[in-house]
Amino acid sequence: MTGGTVGDGSSPAQRAPGPAADPAYWRGVAPDPHADRSLAEDASPEAVARLRARSRALLTDVLRPHRARLGAAVALLLAQNAAAMSGPYLVMLGIDRAIEPLRAGRPGPLVAVAVSFAAAAGIEYAARRGFLTLSARIGQAVLLDLRQRVYAHFLRLPVAFHERYTSGRMISRLTSDIDSIAELVDGGVESLVMAALTIVSVAGILLWLDLPLAAVTLLAFPLLFWLSRWFARASAAAYRRTREAMALVIVHFVESMRGIRAVQAYRREPRNQHIFASVNDDYRQSSQHAFRLIATYSPGIKLIGNVTVAAVLCYGGARVLGGDTGVGVLAAFLLYLRRFFEPMQELSQFYNSLQSATAALEKLAGVLDERPTVAEPGRPVPLPRGPLRGAITFRAVSFGYRPDAPILAGLDLSIPAGQTVALIGPTGAGKSTVAKLLARFHDPAAGTVTLDGVDLRQVADAELRRTVVLVTQETHLFGGTVAENIRFGRPEADDAAVEAAARAIGAHDFIAALPDGYATEVHRRGGRLSAGQRQLVAFARAFLADPAVLILDEATSSLDVPTERLVQHALGTILRDRTAVVIAHRLSTVETADRVLVLDGGRIVEDGPPAELIADGGRYAALHRQWRDSLL
Amino acid sequence: MAAGSGGGPADRGEIRRHPLRNLWRLRHYLRPHAVEFSWLMLAGLAATAAGIAVPLVAQRVVDGPVAERDLAGLFQLAGLALLLGLAEALLIFIRRWVQSSSSVAMEATIRDDVYAHLQRLPPSFHDRWPSGQLLSRITSDLSVLRRFLSFGLFFLVLNLVTYLGVVVLLIRLHPALGLLVAASAVPLFLIARRFGRHYHAASRRMQDQQGDVATLVEETAQGLRTMKAYGRGPQLAARFAASTRALHDTGVAKGRLLARTAARLDLVPNLTLGIVLVAGAAAVAAGRLTVGQLVAFVSLQLMLIWPVQSLGWIIANGQEAATAADRIQEVLDTAPAIVDAPVTVALARSTIRGRLRFEAVTFRYPGTTTPVLRGVDLTVEPGETLAVVGATGSGKSTLLSLVPRLHDVGTGRITLDGHDLRDLRLASLRRLVATAFEEPTLFSMSVWENLTLGRPDAGEDEVRAALALAQAEFAYDLPWGLRTRLGEQGLSLSGGQRQRLALARAVLVRPAVLVLDDPLSALDVHTEAAVESALKRVLRDMTALLVVHRPSTIALADRVALLEHGRISAVGPHAELLATVPAYRAVLSAEPAAVPHPRLPAGPPTGGFPLVRS
Ligand SMILES: Nc1ncnc2c1ncn2[C@@H]1O[C@H](COP(=O)(O)OP(=O)(O)OP(=O)(O)O)[C@@H](O)[C@H]1O
Ligand SMILES: Nc1ncnc2c1ncn2[C@@H]1O[C@H](COP(=O)(O)OP(=O)(O)OP(=O)(O)O)[C@@H](O)[C@H]1O
Ligand SMILES: [Mg+2]
Ligand SMILES: [Mg+2]
Repeated sequence: MTGGTVGDGSSPAQRAPGPAADPAYWRGVAPDPHADRSLAEDASPEAVARLRARSRALLTDVLRPHRARLGAAVALLLAQNAAAMSGPYLVMLGIDRAIEPLRAGRPGPLVAVAVSFAAAAGIEYAARRGFLTLSARIGQAVLLDLRQRVYAHFLRLPVAFHERYTSGRMISRLTSDIDSIAELVDGGVESLVMAALTIVSVAGILLWLDLPLAAVTLLAFPLLFWLSRWFARASAAAYRRTREAMALVIVHFVESMRGIRAVQAYRREPRNQHIFASVNDDYRQSSQHAFRLIATYSPGIKLIGNVTVAAVLCYGGARVLGGDTGVGVLAAFLLYLRRFFEPMQELSQFYNSLQSATAALEKLAGVLDERPTVAEPGRPVPLPRGPLRGAITFRAVSFGYRPDAPILAGLDLSIPAGQTVALIGPTGAGKSTVAKLLARFHDPAAGTVTLDGVDLRQVADAELRRTVVLVTQETHLFGGTVAENIRFGRPEADDAAVEAAARAIGAHDFIAALPDGYATEVHRRGGRLSAGQRQLVAFARAFLADPAVLILDEATSSLDVPTERLVQHALGTILRDRTAVVIAHRLSTVETADRVLVLDGGRIVEDGPPAELIADGGRYAALHRQWRDSLL
Repeated sequence: MAAGSGGGPADRGEIRRHPLRNLWRLRHYLRPHAVEFSWLMLAGLAATAAGIAVPLVAQRVVDGPVAERDLAGLFQLAGLALLLGLAEALLIFIRRWVQSSSSVAMEATIRDDVYAHLQRLPPSFHDRWPSGQLLSRITSDLSVLRRFLSFGLFFLVLNLVTYLGVVVLLIRLHPALGLLVAASAVPLFLIARRFGRHYHAASRRMQDQQGDVATLVEETAQGLRTMKAYGRGPQLAARFAASTRALHDTGVAKGRLLARTAARLDLVPNLTLGIVLVAGAAAVAAGRLTVGQLVAFVSLQLMLIWPVQSLGWIIANGQEAATAADRIQEVLDTAPAIVDAPVTVALARSTIRGRLRFEAVTFRYPGTTTPVLRGVDLTVEPGETLAVVGATGSGKSTLLSLVPRLHDVGTGRITLDGHDLRDLRLASLRRLVATAFEEPTLFSMSVWENLTLGRPDAGEDEVRAALALAQAEFAYDLPWGLRTRLGEQGLSLSGGQRQRLALARAVLVRPAVLVLDDPLSALDVHTEAAVESALKRVLRDMTALLVVHRPSTIALADRVALLEHGRISAVGPHAELLATVPAYRAVLSAEPAAVPHPRLPAGPPTGGFPLVRS
């Protein structure tokens, strides 16, 4: 059997994750106390209640635009139900009223019944089809809305949020959580409406038939209520745990697939399998727990119903014997009682899906509740227009990724428009941090960063991005073609512009040599290209974006020396009329700079034109000498 | 930038000859739960029987003791009803309880196995498959399967049994009318088959699109900084909108298909009922049937409505499970390309001298036509440090990836102490070789876990020494020391910090062959010098192959090899090559256009730059 090998291949130890698979052990301690969740998700009862309320509000909010359609769906459902109910009634009519005339040779009544029957079937067909189509439409629209809302919000949230939330969780929110809402949406409306309808109408009939018997039936209600409340509480917690467990599965899966090279090269597979088995088992247990709750709840409802039937049977029978009520009433009562408890099952299923969906909605609501701390200004200040733009000032800027570990403390820096500044310093000095503040990935804790005199916090995002572009230290290409990746810098650029940008920084030759040239697929994260080629593409992208302020964070670190040289040359021209901050360990970059800043421990320790600094014999001079010596 | 393009999951949407084949192939996952499954089937059927019996008993009460004023009989029968009711609830409980553990257990087992298989598939597979497609297989698709196993399958059996039972009763009641009802199975079957076919395609499309959406989300998460840096949120949102809208459209189309079929399926028993009514009435009128018989027949026939009504959902569920199984099997059917040979040897670290030899090695990436390596001959002597130098994109990283067999050579071979790498046990080879990749691959786990990736048993001192060597003592200053969880991909560290951790990780393995791909590119001059001098000491004990770009790093190497046009065009000590090989000088030289670069135009392009300023 072909599939068998797979089952055997998984390592034998995986089913019994030992203490080493304990998440606390391998995951380590997150520096941020809010890692792994949105701020709104908190263990305190008030926070839980608040989030639950928010998730319900979110549900009503996404349903609101569909009120009319929902009404139509309910109407169709009622029509369908009425048509379905008329079936047995028509059968009765046929038997009672049509057979005698038929015996007498008059087929008229039977034909009438048959025609009505066909009409009822037709109506049922149309109404059912209409209802199902409509409810699928509503359901899908709701899902679409939720997906897009949450995605858009994720995009608005700052880098710092994503750093602690992790991509796996984001993926989990937008895929598996939405899936569990889809389960509700798929069949929810129907079972809810039908069940509610039947229960209400049947309850009315029961009360009308025999009040004392109905009173006995009502005794079941406290029990039902109590059982439901238990289920509501237990399942809310259970499903919440399920969602979180699934997120962990996804986090681990995504990360290990992304780092598959390292995993394989370091024989990490068994350990990974171990960890995966443990998070997977956690998910298994939590969903098993949730399923067991409904496995208890649903038969519990059944039990209450059946006991009530037996009780009514005894009491009703006794009443008939006592002559208080008629046999027919008892018979009818019993029939209807059955109909009363039958939909309760449906309702319990619905309630279960609702609980599961609510747990997912809570997660989404938690994300939507997260405030974008690096927010777009409410009233943006336009940047001044003029020939020479791009003056940058850091005024007493303090910043740290964690409150207790400041990286920059009171940094003052002013870069006039058009200047090319080289930012150098030992690794971990905070160079990238300066770059990230300048690109407003983060806002400073104290002080301001201004662009042409305007605080970055007051610049509209679109305008800021048009003006300032940061080429990050970690090169990232999207799946897609080379041209698409370059065009990311300026989506409206045509092919000629894309090629011109590639040419300008010396990437054209290698791109043209690729099998499909600019249309070559670069695969996941640009894996089809070499590291240096990726950097060149990322560079071309920034060049195409053509910003007034260009920040290059180690943008040439993986290039060979001649290619780097070529890029340096190009930079000489490219940077002539813009402000540039160039971060590089290879000091070749620095030669093109007007000014050098040496950063150490979050402070600028040297500042001046390269030639001057070399003459001064400080740190830069030493670095420069060392570097010069290493060259050929 | 469409997600999911790329040659990976190429056969998406292909309709197999036998749509249920792959579902059937998963049956061995059912086997450990076979006993449970038979129990829950039995319990389910018994519960249904009890459920049918309760109203019958109630009816008997009304007809019997109540009519006959027999109080004792009343309580007896009521007691029976109570017992049946209790039994029904208990049986349902048993069924659901058993179901809850077996279906999730199966889901978890399949997920573990898919994960294990994915871990064995080579990087070339992972390069081409969008990870969202893999992810959706272990999440959405598996839960579809679980739902089928816990509900669809059960109700399929239950409804079939009910249907057959009722039809048999009907035929016994009145053969002609009964056969008429039995004949209504024909249109049902036709409708169901047609539906199944269409739904199969739609469900596959939906699952693929779900994978695309997952891919997009993953890509967004990874490219978030780039997105922010260029302010491309609106574009990404538009891309996402397009892809979710496609998903939405498929969902609506699926819903419409289901609605049409469900309504049609409903129509059949209704029309049959109408025909039975007319024919029955005629028969009664003709005296061939009593009214009582007709009533009994019709009320029994009404019991068919629910099984038929749910048929649409069951088929839909089954088809979804079938396509989900297809998707899962697609992954499981991909044979790992790099596996142990039938006969392999395992080498112990202590017996290894570490002579690494490339013999006429060629290599071509799958799906491309031009080879990257076209006959590499190279020997690294035991204990020697050899640097590979070459232009950007010349194939240095490719060459290095062949050593731990992340890719296999095309032709030619690589030997370690005379053993072809393919004859070594894979685990053994990878224990002997440690690699620091050009992109430090870190995971959001504790620093310790990241460091000990290749040596889970490493001691405190060894880790400390490795960190010291890589100048990475900063790790102790993190908020929780080595227990601190790193950000995803190590992004809570600076570039140089990441690189140093990756270096420490490779050194910690104490491999026989150390492979370093541009290991110091993100370090400043001082740190680089410090790491180099420390590295020099440990490199004496192992064979090392490293890629370097900077002349300063070459000092580490005993010899240098120049990789050019897919071949090693020169090997020798740095100074010697510098003096005798102009191409070598050109690759390392910072002098602008001292020697025309072989692959790039010499000097800056003339005529200024076609600035794309608009
Ligand atoms: N996202 C983050 N979360 C927490 N700490 C961070 C984060 N990014 C950087 N740091 C810390 O801030 C300090 C400065 O980092 P930064 O990236 O600015 O250094 P750098 O000067 O760019 O170094 P390199 O030359 O190695 O890239 C480092 O100690 C680093 O560990
Ligand atoms: N997965 C792949 N599929 C197809 N071609 C690839 C793949 N990976 C790399 N290539 C191509 O193979 C060639 C060699 O790539 P490789 O990564 O080995 O270069 P490199 O010498 O390491 O360059 P760099 O100095 O930039 O790191 C490049 O031209 C690249 O485009
Ligand atoms: Mg940096
Ligand atoms: Mg490389």
